[in-house]
Order: sequence, then C-alpha cells, then structure tokens
Amino acid sequence: MANLSSSEALSHSDSGHDTHHEKMSFWSKYVFSTDHKVIGMQYLFTGMFMALIGGFMVYAFRMQLAFPGEAVPGFGNVSAGAYNALVTNHGTIMIFWVAMPVLIAALGNFLIPLMIGCDDMVFPKINRLSYQIFLLSALVLIASFFVPGGPFGGAWTAYPPLSAQAKFNLTPLGAPMWVIAVALEFVAFLLGGINFITTTMNARAKGMKMYDIPIIVWMIVIASILFMASVGPLMAGAIMLLFDQTLSTNFFNPEYGGDPVLWQHLFWFFGHPEVYVVLLPAMGIVAEVITVFARKKLFAYKTVLYTTFATGVISFFVWAHHQFISGIDPRMANVFTITTLLISVPIAEMLFVYIATLYGGSIQFKTPMLFALAFLAEFLIGGVTGIHLGASGTDIYFHDTYFVLAHFHYTFVPIAIIAVFAAIYYWFPKMFGRMMNEFWGKVHFWGTVIPFNFIFIPLFMLGMAGQHRRIYNYNHFPDLATPELQNLRIIATVALVIMLLFQIPFLVNFFVSMFKGKKAEANPWKANTLEWTAPSPPPHGNFKVFPEVYRPPYEYSVPGRKEDYWPQDSKD
Amino acid sequence: MSTQSISISSTGHNDNRRTPLLSNPVLGMLIFIVMEMMFFAGLISSYSIIKSGALFWPPPQQPRLPVEVTAVNTLILITSAIFLFLANRAFAKPEWQAKAQKLLSLCFLGGSLFVLIQGFEWVRLLSYGLTMTSSTYGSFFYLIIGAHALHVISALIILSACFIRFKKGTITPAFFHAAQIFWYFVVGVWPILYILVYLT
Repeated sequence: MANLSSSEALSHSDSGHDTHHEKMSFWSKYVFSTDHKVIGMQYLFTGMFMALIGGFMVYAFRMQLAFPGEAVPGFGNVSAGAYNALVTNHGTIMIFWVAMPVLIAALGNFLIPLMIGCDDMVFPKINRLSYQIFLLSALVLIASFFVPGGPFGGAWTAYPPLSAQAKFNLTPLGAPMWVIAVALEFVAFLLGGINFITTTMNARAKGMKMYDIPIIVWMIVIASILFMASVGPLMAGAIMLLFDQTLSTNFFNPEYGGDPVLWQHLFWFFGHPEVYVVLLPAMGIVAEVITVFARKKLFAYKTVLYTTFATGVISFFVWAHHQFISGIDPRMANVFTITTLLISVPIAEMLFVYIATLYGGSIQFKTPMLFALAFLAEFLIGGVTGIHLGASGTDIYFHDTYFVLAHFHYTFVPIAIIAVFAAIYYWFPKMFGRMMNEFWGKVHFWGTVIPFNFIFIPLFMLGMAGQHRRIYNYNHFPDLATPELQNLRIIATVALVIMLLFQIPFLVNFFVSMFKGKKAEANPWKANTLEWTAPSPPPHGNFKVFPEVYRPPYEYSVPGRKEDYWPQDSKD
Repeated sequence: MSTQSISISSTGHNDNRRTPLLSNPVLGMLIFIVMEMMFFAGLISSYSIIKSGALFWPPPQQPRLPVEVTAVNTLILITSAIFLFLANRAFAKPEWQAKAQKLLSLCFLGGSLFVLIQGFEWVRLLSYGLTMTSSTYGSFFYLIIGAHALHVISALIILSACFIRFKKGTITPAFFHAAQIFWYFVVGVWPILYILVYLT
C-alpha cells in the first residue's frame, strides 16, 4: 500500500459528466434511464414484485398440502396439474427472478459504482439493455401462465423427457415459453455481469487498490465471473431443449439416440455454481453489515477473499452430486462426494471469519445487524445439512425427499430473503434518502425468522420419514398420510402463512418510509465505504467531487482515533 | 494477483485517473469470449457424448459431409483473419489508414464468402436428406455449425460497424481491438469444430 497519497487530493474538477442535468421527463428519468442507480431500483422493484407472485404460489400449494382437496382461499381448488405448475414456477421465479436480480443485479448496479467511487457503469447503455431484456423475460414467464395448456409444470430443473415432449408434460406452449424466458433472463445477466466486472476493474477511484475494494463488490464480481463461466453450457442445453420441444429434434430423447442425462449435466454444471452466484453477494452483504454494527475491522480480509476464490474454483467440480441416482458411474459418485465435501471448507472458513469479526466488537442490534446475524445462524443449518446430501451414501436415501427441500431452503431463504432484508434495511437511507422505522423493522425481523424455522424444521422431519417431493396429495400414500405427518405439514403451512403476513409490515414500512421517513444524513451508520460519502440519495453522477481512497474499507475502532470509524476517503 | 502490478485504472473521463490495463471494450469483450468459449464447450461435449454413445457414427443412411469444400472454406476464413491482422498493423500507423480500410474490407469479403459457401452446402445437404430431425447426427450438425454461422454473421455486423466508423473517422482503437478479438474468436473456434464435426 505504498505510493498512495502522493498527489494532491480533492482537486478533482466537476469533471466531464453532467452532475446538474437539465430537467428530464418522467420516462427518460425512471424508465429509459441509463443511470446505474435507477436501473438498480428497477431490478429491485421487479424482483420484489416477482417475489410477491412467488410468495402467493407457495401459499397456494402449501395450503393444498396441509388441507388436501379443500379449496384454497383466494386461489380455489389446486388440481394435480396446477400443483406442478405452481411448484415449478415458484422455484423458477424465486431463483431466477428474485434471488438473481435482487442480489446480483439490483445491489450490483446500485452499489458497485458508488462503492468504488465512480459516476456510472462503464457501459451504461448495455446496462439499460440488460434491464429491458430482463423485464421482457419476466413478461414472457408471466404470459406463460395464461396460455392454453397452462404454465410449465416439469419442475424448475426441467429434466427431459418430461420437459422436452408435450405428450408428457401436457403444456405445449408453457414449456417452450418457460425455456425462452429463462434463456432471455440469462442474456440479461450476461450483459449486466460484463458491466460489473469491467467497471470494477477499470473505473475505481484513485488510490483504490485490489485489497481496498469492499468485500461485497469483490463478491458480486466473483459471482459474475462464476455466472459467465457456467452459463454457456446451459445456454447450449436450453437451445437443445427448445429445439426438442418445438422442432421435435431428439437431443434428449433416448428412443432416437439422444441422452436425457446429458441435460442434467448441462443444467447442473450451471446450477451448482449458480448456488454460489447468489450466495457470494449475500456473504458480501453480511460482511459489510457486521463490520459496521460490530464497529470492528473485518477479521482477515484476505482470507475472505481467497476463500471466495477457492469456492469459485471448486464450485465447478461438484455438479454431479445432484445426479447420484441418475445412473452415473459409482466411481464418479466417489469423486463428486469428495469435491462436494471439500467445498464446505472455504465456506465454513468464511463463517468462522465472520464470527471472529463479531468477537469482542461493540455490537449494535439494529435491524440490518439482526438480519445479518440471522443469516449466519440459519445458513449454518443449511450448510451442515448439505453434508448429508453431498455424501453419496446418505444421498441415495435422501434424494428427492423433503430433506433436500428443507436443506436448500435453509440456504436460499437466508441468501435471498434474510440477507436481502439486511441489505435493504442497511442501504435504504442511501437509496431513498430516508430512514426506515426501527421498531417495525424489528417486528418484521422476528416475524420472518421465527416462522421460517417453523416451516422448514418440520420439513426436515418429513424428509427423514421418507416424504417425497412433487406429490400433490399425500392421502394417496398410506405410509405418508398418517396424522403425525399430516400435523407436521399443517405446522409448516401455518408458519408459512404467518411469515407471509409479517411481510405486510415490511412493505408498509418500506413504502411509507420512502416518502415520509426521517430524513437520512449522508452517513447515518457511520460507515467507512465510499457510498456513504455521496449525498443521500446520490444525484445523477453520484459524487460532487470524485473521492480518493487512502485506506482499506474496514478501519473501525482504530486505537488513537477520536471517532471509531475512518472513512476510506478521509485524508487524516 | 499482486496488488502492485494490477493496481488502479480509470474511466477515462477524469484527468487525474490512470489509464486501465485493458480498455473497457477490450475487457468487456474478453469476458464475453469466456462465456462464448464455455457455450461452444457445452455444444462440443454434448456432441461427443452422443457420438460416443452411438453404435455407428455417422449413421449409415445419412449423407456424408462435404469435407473438401469445407477445407477450402476453412482456408478462406483463416485468410480473412490474416487480412484483419494486417489491417490492425496498418491501423497503428496514422499514414496507412486507407490501407487499413482496404484490408478490413478484404477481411469482410472473406467472411461473407465463408458464410455464402456454408449456406450453399447446407442447401445441398438438405436436399440429400440431412435435416434437423433426420437423426441426432443431423441435429448436432445444424446446431453446432449453425451456432457458428450465426456468430460469423454477428461478427460481420460488428466489422461493418467498424467500417462505417472508419469512413466517418470516428473509429477508436479500443472499439477496433474489441471487434478484432471477436473475429479472431470466431475464426479460431472454427478449425476445432471442423475437425470434430467433419473429420472424425
């Protein structure tokens, strides 16, 4: 970190871009904007809207499982076909239209330029195109709910031949529309990812070296690289699947020389790195939040970075643990068991680093901090139960049971819901210039985290009892229709409804605070990173004076300083 | 990953920032190429898996691929890349801009010729009964070679954008370099596809 503060700071001119823009119409300011903050908000609101749809779907099919055959209030009777369509689209929406756009696209767009101290993404028009394609993909998916035959119901993994042939899935239009929507969505994130990586590499503030980049920016960049490197084969697979569906080719049809397991390889080669694509930004959020609210330097910045690299590399060699019972070679199952167990090492290391960061800190239990701590605790359960599924011996029993389902919800809900709430409560002042209400934030926190455990712990038990996934009515299976098991299903469903109801205080808090909340100062949490040096909310062009960076991002409670924080751009 | 060697870089519009190691278009294009490589790797590995699982390959009742014509076509494509390489060398010298433009149009011609010959061969193959649905052999042929042809066509569009910018005098080295990277990728991946699909 030598040769840093040599040149005269703060002499930046107001620079080429126009901080004071001429008045723009509503359309050019909020709809066709190339401003990274507006695009980030577009992604955030689209993601929240899709989350409502996904949440409604889970309500409908959980009610069916708890009270089979009875009409669901607000939905009506859930037929077997409708049940399949609901679970399929719930999974698809929550991963591709909620987790990805909010964690990568919304936070990446909003935070990266602000945190590295520049005015916008390096390719602003590509960025706008990215959102437009994303919106189109969401519209295609929503349109598929209304076509004749109904939406696709072959599970979000879309295994052929069920997904490939209309005579099996009975959705001649829904299935191809689903594939097209997913493919369009990948294109959107591809364009976004190119922007994130290039911007972070090329547009950083003066003085910001590799180890001065905040962890969340690193995480989003590494996640984007993972996405870039893994999505290609799935794109190839998606085209093949689309051709199978529409041109009746036989890529995945064993009757005519195709291979259905091939799709599983192409899908999971993307699908497993995808888990880390969404996990890493969530880990980044937690790193930012716990350092600020523990008023303590991040324990071992470089370790976090290197374990992230390690996670990224290993994540490309674990995919076949999803296919232990797909008829792959048992010797291959051994190899993938070992790699899968290996990947828990860097992730565990990351969790230990975060716990070490908390140790001895002066912790403030603000709402974002509560969510961040809940992430660590809940994700830990998700990670530990993954060991049983990564080992091929136990997985053969657990495969496709509710144990798997509970496991990955214990990872995805902390990632896409809990960590995202931490991020929203934490960056809300920067996004909208106002504070969210603390009391209702805490109500929302407890109302989300407690029911969450009551949903999925019963599902672990059901899974261990042998309850298989993707069955719409367990009354047809005498072993699984016992009152004990049915009670567990009812507990999970009731907890789900409570959790969904507790999102109402959040939505009210969110929208009321946006207009009526307490005005936020530029740096309400007394944080170090560069986004807090910009006004709240940042104007077009972000900074009045481009910041210059003098130190790493987590210098909290440095001995000998009057304040317990030390902004990256402060000279003394 | 030493901090010293990579260090800082800039957007370019602010004077007191340093120039980046790779310009924005070039870096963006390289990241895109990574994804493209994985895309073709996905196609090639799928093809290899299906091929290794088949009893006879190519299937007995299917027409044979035009190996010789395509060999000549491969040479045409490689020649076009050489023209582009020379155009880049001319472009570096301010007094040779007209020459660079001429070489660029030669490259464009080579690429267009490649696409035309490919299209002509496709029409013949279709008339011999090799179609998308006649066998997985045909499906993969049209999928892989068609994906490549689409890449050549989009690369040609980028080259013509370069050409227009040459004419207007608005071409920037970064844009031209990014376009070249894409063309080299499209040309570089072709011999691999040729060997895998036509020769083995």
